[in-house]
Parts: sequence; C-alpha cells; structure tokens
Amino acid sequence: MLLLDREGAKADLWTRVETLDISADKVIVPSALLQDALAARRPGQQIGVAIDNTERAAALEPYFGALALVVIAFPTGYNGRGFSIARQLRERGFSGLLRASGPLVSDQFPHALACGFDEIELPDASAERQPVEQWLAAAARISLNYQRGYNYGAVANILEQRRAARRAGAANV
Amino acid sequence: MYRYDEFDERLVRERVAQFASQVARRIDGSLTDAEFLPLRLKNGLYLQLHSYMLRIAVPYGTLHARQLRQLARIADEYDRGYGHFTTRTNLQFNWSKLKDVPTVLGLLADVEMHCIQTSGNCIRNVTADHFAGVAHDEIEDPRPIAELIRQWSTLHPEFEWLGRKFKIAVSGATHDRAVVKSHDLGVRIVRDPASGETGYEILVGGGLGRTPFAAKVLREFLPREDLLAYLEAVLRVYNLEGRRDNKFKARLKILVHELGIEALRALVEEEFAHIDKARVNADPQEQARIAAYFAPPAYEDLPEVSRKLEDAQIRDPELARFVEHNLFRHKKRGYTAVTISLKPIGGTPGDITSEQMRAVADLAEKYSFDELRVTHAQNLVLPNVKLDDVAEVYEALKAHDLATANIGRITDIISCPGLDYCSLATARSIPIAQVLSHHFADPEKQKQIGEVSIKISGCINACGHHHVGNIGILGLEKKGVESYQITVGGDPSENYALGELLGPGVPAEYVPEAVDKVVSVYLAERQQGETFIETYRRIGLAPFKAAFKEIADVAA
Ligand code: HEM
Ligand code: SF4
Repeated sequence: MLLLDREGAKADLWTRVETLDISADKVIVPSALLQDALAARRPGQQIGVAIDNTERAAALEPYFGALALVVIAFPTGYNGRGFSIARQLRERGFSGLLRASGPLVSDQFPHALACGFDEIELPDASAERQPVEQWLAAAARISLNYQRGYNYGAVANILEQRRAARRAGAANV
Repeated sequence: MYRYDEFDERLVRERVAQFASQVARRIDGSLTDAEFLPLRLKNGLYLQLHSYMLRIAVPYGTLHARQLRQLARIADEYDRGYGHFTTRTNLQFNWSKLKDVPTVLGLLADVEMHCIQTSGNCIRNVTADHFAGVAHDEIEDPRPIAELIRQWSTLHPEFEWLGRKFKIAVSGATHDRAVVKSHDLGVRIVRDPASGETGYEILVGGGLGRTPFAAKVLREFLPREDLLAYLEAVLRVYNLEGRRDNKFKARLKILVHELGIEALRALVEEEFAHIDKARVNADPQEQARIAAYFAPPAYEDLPEVSRKLEDAQIRDPELARFVEHNLFRHKKRGYTAVTISLKPIGGTPGDITSEQMRAVADLAEKYSFDELRVTHAQNLVLPNVKLDDVAEVYEALKAHDLATANIGRITDIISCPGLDYCSLATARSIPIAQVLSHHFADPEKQKQIGEVSIKISGCINACGHHHVGNIGILGLEKKGVESYQITVGGDPSENYALGELLGPGVPAEYVPEAVDKVVSVYLAERQQGETFIETYRRIGLAPFKAAFKEIADVAA
C-alpha cells in the first residue's frame, strides 16, 4: 500500500483492525464496531472508521466530534460514489482526516481533493505503475474549476475570479 | 453567442495537455488499457469497427463560422474530408488516428471547442432547442442556462465517475423541439402563473436504449437562482443511489422506475436542503454576464412580407417548395430561420463534406450574423436570415447540394451510423435510410404525405431515436441475418410517446414496402389537415398492424 497526500508519500501511522483489539494509538475500525470502539477509547487515542461506498455520511454524523479519520473504500477506480460521500461528510461538518482507499488513477487525485479527501491509499499494483510524482503532477495539471465550493490548494475557482474582477471593475469606476 | 474569457480558454488548453499526458502514460505503461479506456471516452475518443472515432462537442448546438471552417480543416487534414452530425448535436469524425488526437484537440481549442465529456459515464454535452433565441413561441432563450450548465458540468470533480452517462437538455419554448423527455434531466423554462417570474420545471429519468422511459416531473417550479444547487442535489442522489451492479440498469431512469418519483423527490429535496446554496449557486451577475452574450443581434426593421421572396417563388417552384418546408417562423418580423437539410436523397443522414462546411460557414457570415445551429435531427440551421435574402441563400445552397427541401418530411430521416461504423451494431442503418430516401424521393409524393418522421437505429441502444420516430426502425440480428422491427406512433415533442411495435422483424428488402403500407393506411384514413401522428392517435395501432401483417406474412 502507498499512502500519499498533496505533499507526497507519507507513512501510515494508523492500524486497521477487524475486532475490538484496539491497543494502538491510532486505530481504524469497521463501521459496525465504531460505537463500541469509541466507548472503549483511551485518553489520547484516536479512532478512525472504514466504510464501504454503500454506507452513508448521515450515519456517521453523530460521531463527527469524536472521529479523527474516515476511510472510504473505492471498489474500483471508476466507481465514483465515494466522491459524493466525501462531499457530504464535509458539507455536514466533518473536519477530521478523509482517506480514499482503492485502485484510483492519478487523474482522479484532483477530484478526490476537491471533494474533501486529504489522502489516498493505493494498492501496490497501482502504485507500482503510477509513482507519487504522477499524482503530484496530476493535482496541479488543471489550475481552474467552475464549481463553487470545491476549492482546494492552488486551484482557482472561475466564478470567484469573475466575481473579483467585477468588484475590482466596479471599484475603478 | 458565448465567447470564452481567459479562464474558459485556459481550462480547455489545460485539458488538452492533460489528455496528451494520459496518452503518454498509456504508452509508457503507467495506465492499463482498462484504466485508460474511461479517460479516453471522457474525451470523446471511441474505438469503432475500423478506426478511432472522435466526437466533438457542439454545446447546445451552437456554432459560428470560424468554428465550422476549423472543423472543415480538421476533416481535410486529419480525417477523410467529411464529418457526421449526431442526434446529440455533436460532430463525429470517423477516421481518427490516436497520434493526431492531441493536435486536433489543440486546433479545436483555437476556436473555443473541445471534446470534453462527449462520452463516458459523466454529464454529457448539454443540448437545447435548435431555434433557441429566434423561435416565435419562446418564453425565454434557453442558451444562457445551457451555457451555465455547460460550465458547471465541465470537469465536475464529484460527477466525473457516475454509474452511467447523464444527458441534459433545455428548452425555453412551449413546443418541445429538444426531446426533453428522453433525457436523464430536462430543464423547461416556465413562467410562474402567480408572480409572472420565469423559473425552471425539472424533469428526470427519461431515456431511450433498451428500456425506454419518458422523463417525469421532479420539481414543478425551481427559482432561477437555485439551478446549480438543485442540479448538484439531483446528481449527488443519482451518484449515491443509482445502481452500479449492472451497466444496463445504471441510468437514472432505472432509479426513478425502481424508487418511484415521489421517493426520489424526497431524497433530492432532503439533499437540496442540506446544500449551502450561497456557496454553490452562480451569482445573478454571473448569469447576467453569460446572458449578455446572447443578446439579439442588430436586426433591421423589416416588413412582415418580402415582395422579393414572393416574386422569386412565383418564378421558381423549387424555391417555393424550399420556402414551404425549410423555413421556420422567426421572432423578428422580416426574418426567418432556414434549416439546411443534411438529408439529400440517397445520402447518409447527418454527413457533411469539408467543402459543404466552408460553404455553410460563408453563408452564416454573410446572411445570419455569423450564427449556426445543429439540430438533433442531424440538420443545420441558419437562424437569422432576412426573408429578402432567402432566394440568394437557396441558390448558394443548391450549388453545394444542400438545398434539399424536405425538413420534417418523410425523407428527413434520422439514422445512427449502424453496422457501417459502430462496433455495437446488430444491423446496418445508413443503407436502410438511403433506400427509403430513394423510395420516397418524389417531391410531390413527399408533399402529399406531409409531416412524418422516420428514425433508424442499428441496435437497441437507440442512438437513432427510433422509439420516438412516428415510424421507428430498429435493426437487429436474427439467426445471422439483419432483421428490422418497425414501430409507429412515437413522438419526441411535448406530446411525447414511445412507438408501438407492428409485428415481427422483417428483412431489409421488405422495409420499404412495410413503410409504404404504414403510409397508405394514413393516407386512406386521414381527415382534413391531419398529420400522420394525429391520424395515428385517432385511429390507434390496429389498422397499421393489419396492413403490416400482409408484409410480415410474406417475409416470414
Ligand atoms: C458510433 C459509436 C457509438 C457508440 C459506441 C454508442 C453507444 C451508445 C450506447 C451504448 C447507448 C445506450 C446507452 C444507455 O442506454 O445507457 C447509446 C445511446 C445513445 N446514443 Fe450512442 N453510440 C454511438 C454513436 C452515437 C451516434 C452517432 C449518435 C447520434 C446519431 C448517438 C446518440 C445516442 C443517443 C441519442 C442515445 C440514446 C440515449 C438515451 O438512452 O437517452 N450515439 N449510445
Ligand atoms: S444505435 Fe447501436 S448501432 Fe447505432 S450508433 Fe448506437 S450503438 Fe451503434
């Protein structure tokens, strides 16, 4: 697995468990165990949850304050449901880390970032063909977007730019 | 017409570079073929039977002369000297080479064009009424919101990876010329009876293909400022709830069918309520900025009737026929919208040569304020011609084999490429169109038959809209031979209806006779002033079925 974000590759400090064996400092549990894991949480321990793309953002809403990470599974690269789940999580106020996990292609990195993801967890087979440099290049390739509310990094929103130009124009008259 | 500002331009240029990088990464093995496929489709590049095919977006069917000239140049230098206009008002080049594609995309960007999202599981090229802005029955010009939707849907980060394609059409007139009800999402501009304000009626879940459905009303009246937030809500619900287990059940129409429109409405309204509208919607000033590009051109004040055209028609009966069939009533007195038929007798519907493209571009500049439209019926329109100029335009068209006077008549046939090009085809469709066109070539016969549409698809995917043809023809394969199913009664307009099957499929050689039978029933049964479809609605399927049976029995 390769974990990467806008800065490049990064170490994965999280431990994934399938049971309530939650001794590590940062653990990711399946959603079925989330409530129990949060109840058993030690002071200073961080809990994350891994969800399938058939699960819904609204189900996590009660835990937003306590959750440090949400991992959304992408079963294939071309199944884009996870983008909408991420967007809903952000829109409903989740401010922890958001991770996309699955065989995405680097051209989807800007989509993931714009929808609110922070990092991508990539299977080795994909990572071997698509090194980190390709992901960083992909994130910078299109410098503009039309969709308001999907801003990230240095990408400029065209409607905001036009609005700014209108204001500047009005100020100059 | 809309013109790119610096941002539109930069985005398209960057998209060209992105595609070039995708091709390079496919060649060096970074991307597998399976990974590259959706990326190339999102840029309109298909692999057909004999070659790559490149589909170029003509957003809401609007073109200007310089763009059409550039398409002519691409046809000459990078293809085989012709292009094909489709039922979604795009232009296809059938003989593209992968190595040329990045250059062609650059040439398109030079004239504010692209291939973005002309294929793939994303929001496709938005289509509109081809008489937008000039139609006499218009509530409001739909092009400004079509352009707003074009921009909003372009490279939308959340909706680039939908379960299936998503097609949007907009209409601003009382009469539906945009086949709104066969789209995943239709926007109709309507006037609120209480306030007098214009807003949008939103329809969803239309589609043709193997399971045709008519779109249903999702929202009766949406205020103008909320358009983008509402579209975002619909697309998000579709992205989350649409089926992913079966490609044939992945369109929005299936979700509407399985959930029911009320349940879908509840989901959309809930999502809409959650969306921070101020964060998503375009400013009214932005809507106004776009609308300003579509302000009417500098029309002259002219009399209602052109003596010049009246006199010319008396001298030339062929011109009179052209005037009768190919002109559409304009908003502005003394002007008309001239439809240029790409259906010469025996031709390939929608095909146009580079030389014809240049001729049409010249006419647009000289006679139509530099404007052109592409229709879903695979024809072109000069939307702003003075009645005084029609005879000259007609002469010029005639010189390029573009003056066929058959708009809305039986030889104005819609046809998909079928087995001559398409790798999904189960039968040929272009040759059927050509045979029928010859069969009904006589102008007097066409005049007698009047308004009727034939639509042909080469497989169940229905790219030729056969479901909504007054006479629909679907090419299938039965035990290794082509077999054609015929339907009657389809209607793409506000009286939307899917055609009904006449009986078993017949071999290609029986198709003209079968269509003859159908037409004869109409001619025998029609009452004063009735069109084909009106007679059908009155007398029903049975008489057509009975007449068809004679042919089917012989063919069997
Ligand atoms: C030649 C390559 C083409 C291929 C491989 C292709 C493929 C398809 C497929 C698979 C569908 C069914 C989609 C579905 O129901 O989800 C479809 C529908 C359609 N295509 Fe094509 N097509 C091609 C060319 C064209 C052309 C030339 C036109 C216009 C003449 C066109 C316009 C349409 C339209 C209008 C539909 C109906 C969509 C609906 O169900 O709403 N396509 N196409
Ligand atoms: S209807 Fe079938 S044969 Fe015709 S273009 Fe579409 S996919 Fe190809």
